Amino acid sequence: MSEHAAVAKLNEKFAGAVLAAVDFRGETTVTVKKEEIVAIAAFLKEELGYNFLCDLCGVDYLGQSPRFMVVYNLYNISAKDRLRVKVPVAENDPRVDTVSGVWATANWHERECWDLMGIDFTNHPDLRRILMPADWEGHPLRKDYPLQGPDREPYQGRLS
Amino acid sequence: MGVEQTLGNNVITTSLDKLVNWSRAKSLWPMTFGLACCAIEMMATGAARFDLDRLGVLFRASPRQADVIIIAGTVTKKMLPVIKIVYEQMPEPKYVIAMGACACSGGIFDTYSTVQGIDEALPVDVYIPGCPPRPEGLLYGIGKLQEKIMNERNSFGAAIGVGDRINA
Repeated sequence: MSEHAAVAKLNEKFAGAVLAAVDFRGETTVTVKKEEIVAIAAFLKEELGYNFLCDLCGVDYLGQSPRFMVVYNLYNISAKDRLRVKVPVAENDPRVDTVSGVWATANWHERECWDLMGIDFTNHPDLRRILMPADWEGHPLRKDYPLQGPDREPYQGRLS
Repeated sequence: MGVEQTLGNNVITTSLDKLVNWSRAKSLWPMTFGLACCAIEMMATGAARFDLDRLGVLFRASPRQADVIIIAGTVTKKMLPVIKIVYEQMPEPKYVIAMGACACSGGIFDTYSTVQGIDEALPVDVYIPGCPPRPEGLLYGIGKLQEKIMNERNSFGAAIGVGDRINA
């Protein structure tokens, strides 16, 4: 487990929801259950002062289970302290509750994550595509998405 | 008699086609439109060191005043409809220069999001290879386009509504 102060408070308040906490080279990563993410996000912001969501992104661990991970990179501006929160998401139910009610900036980050990774953020106010054209089909940053697009033959190497 | 006196020896004869071609080739106004790093080289070509102005190439900020669009950079599928709208707003006759590897063929971006060459959507007159091409390359490409315009036939006829322009 981690020696980070926030981890101890999370363990105390959300005992069953914290799956793992790792310290690596001065960075702390907490993995939590996705059902609790909104409550944990609100607690981290209101009680522990993580008032800035630096980034929210999706990771595709194709071949592993659970397949996806949603990563929240948090920053406490007044204490200059960083914390990373991860949420495992299963392939057959790629849904996470939105945290855009906690950090408003999550709105566009979650749109990007849905656009490119296909992770659905429930209760999101405006879940539209943000980078790909509006009529695009599929989620191109998934590892099983063909690099050259679904309508082209995959590259076979140089023919000559 | 009066005419001979006034003009003296300062009379040249030419064809109307050639006159029209000459005026078009020597005042090629490109659309101010850049997409990626090639646009930086295009700006450098327009600036003091290479100085496109001396060739009569003045960048215009409106497609309605432009004769040529230089596709300078990577064309994404999301950008393509915008380029088409800009191109359609340009008055005839209009020309397209594909500048750089991406505009010619998609370049290194052989991916789902990138158009594999602007010639999939627009009729390209000159392809300039390079990643990005040096300003000399763009100057040479513009020179090639001027040559192409100078070789057009029936350009005066097409301008007054008789027949079509013929590319020699």
